[in-house]
Amino acid sequence: MMWSWIPQNWSQIWHLTWENLKLGVLPALYGLIISLPLGVVAARWRWIYPPVLTVVNVLYAIPSLALFIALIPAFGLTDTTVIIALTVFSLCIILPNVPPSVRQAATAMGYGTLRRLVTVELPLAIPVIIAGLRVSVVSNISLASLGQLIGVSSLGYLFIDGLQRDFPTEIYVGLFFVIVLALVCDLILVAIRRVLTPWQPRRQRRLERRLPLRRVTA
Amino acid sequence: MSFFSWAWDWITESANWHGSGSIPQQILAHLGYSFLPLLIAALIAVPAGVVIGHTGRGAVFVVNVANAWRAIPTLGLLILLAVFLGFSFLTWLLPLVVLAIPPILVNAYEGIAGVDPDVKDAAKGMGMTPWQQVTRVEVPIALPLILVGLRTGAIFVVATATIAAYIGLGGLGRFIIDGLASNQYGPVAGGALLVVLLAVVVLALFALVSRLVVPAGLRGQAKLGRTE
Repeated sequence: MMWSWIPQNWSQIWHLTWENLKLGVLPALYGLIISLPLGVVAARWRWIYPPVLTVVNVLYAIPSLALFIALIPAFGLTDTTVIIALTVFSLCIILPNVPPSVRQAATAMGYGTLRRLVTVELPLAIPVIIAGLRVSVVSNISLASLGQLIGVSSLGYLFIDGLQRDFPTEIYVGLFFVIVLALVCDLILVAIRRVLTPWQPRRQRRLERRLPLRRVTA
Repeated sequence: MSFFSWAWDWITESANWHGSGSIPQQILAHLGYSFLPLLIAALIAVPAGVVIGHTGRGAVFVVNVANAWRAIPTLGLLILLAVFLGFSFLTWLLPLVVLAIPPILVNAYEGIAGVDPDVKDAAKGMGMTPWQQVTRVEVPIALPLILVGLRTGAIFVVATATIAAYIGLGGLGRFIIDGLASNQYGPVAGGALLVVLLAVVVLALFALVSRLVVPAGLRGQAKLGRTE
């Protein structure tokens, strides 16, 4: 481990981290934006949901690298290619997590109350939706490093450059920053959930411990 | 030319089907690189998920750690091991095992933890030992979700075994990595399409297995939800 390498290359590390963040977060957001209306539509016309889920399962089976490659003719060796591919995966993770309450809310919409969807059903669905977002953001950040194989800049650069120069420090730094970046994003999403769902008990476990039903009877 | 026409032209080129490093050989190699990691991950993650789901101990650990675990970039781990261990067995095995553990663990845990408490009580009330409760009641009920976890893990591994080629190993990734290095899009597209087809075959295989293995009363349950 050569610690002095880190401050010497700080601006590059920072730049790659930023790129990697973009490649991880944007697809998850796009995936969410597409999933919500799709979930609502699938509740309104129920027969749509099973085929959609099958399509999602098959799409999810496509290796990320293969999808990057398939998109190269259309979008070139650019960020767009990686972002679109990861959006597809995010969609696959988030869509099955859009809960029936949101989907059934379409029924409510049928009665003309969009307001009910926005003010009641959607907030109640936040914990589940955020759970899907957490999985997709964390895996995207980790997968984005594969983009480097087709030349799209990300923290994956540090792995590949480290291998070519036989310089482990660079690989350590790459691994460390990918993992920390993913964990920070994960924590931010947890914090967002807490702010958005103040009605959820935060100390559920302690409450359970305070009510040891079995011990009372024993 | 589109992705598919490139891929098709390359796959149907008969020269690619003969000799060393041909398509059938690399498909076999790819399956070899995929099966062992999946088996090891399953042997670790299914029992762990079942135990945690049954006892309820460590549930918070599973939910949070399994997600954070996904943050480990497979390519980075592979390269790190390649630098230290060279092209040894562990170099490709370990990253793929690491990759497959979270979906298998989370689904096994969710499956067991989600068994109706009344059913668990009934099993206990009939005088079943904890071992019988788990093996005769909880695991069969959780089977659809356990299979979903194994399927997701299998797909991750088949998809990602591609990058083993980056450190000089075989498998379908060979075509992709070599094609990228020599600026030939044909083998890149063809290799990618073959990986996709292989993943779809795995998907179909699991659909078949779950039809055969899951008790009739539980069918259709796996379609309801998927926990990653």
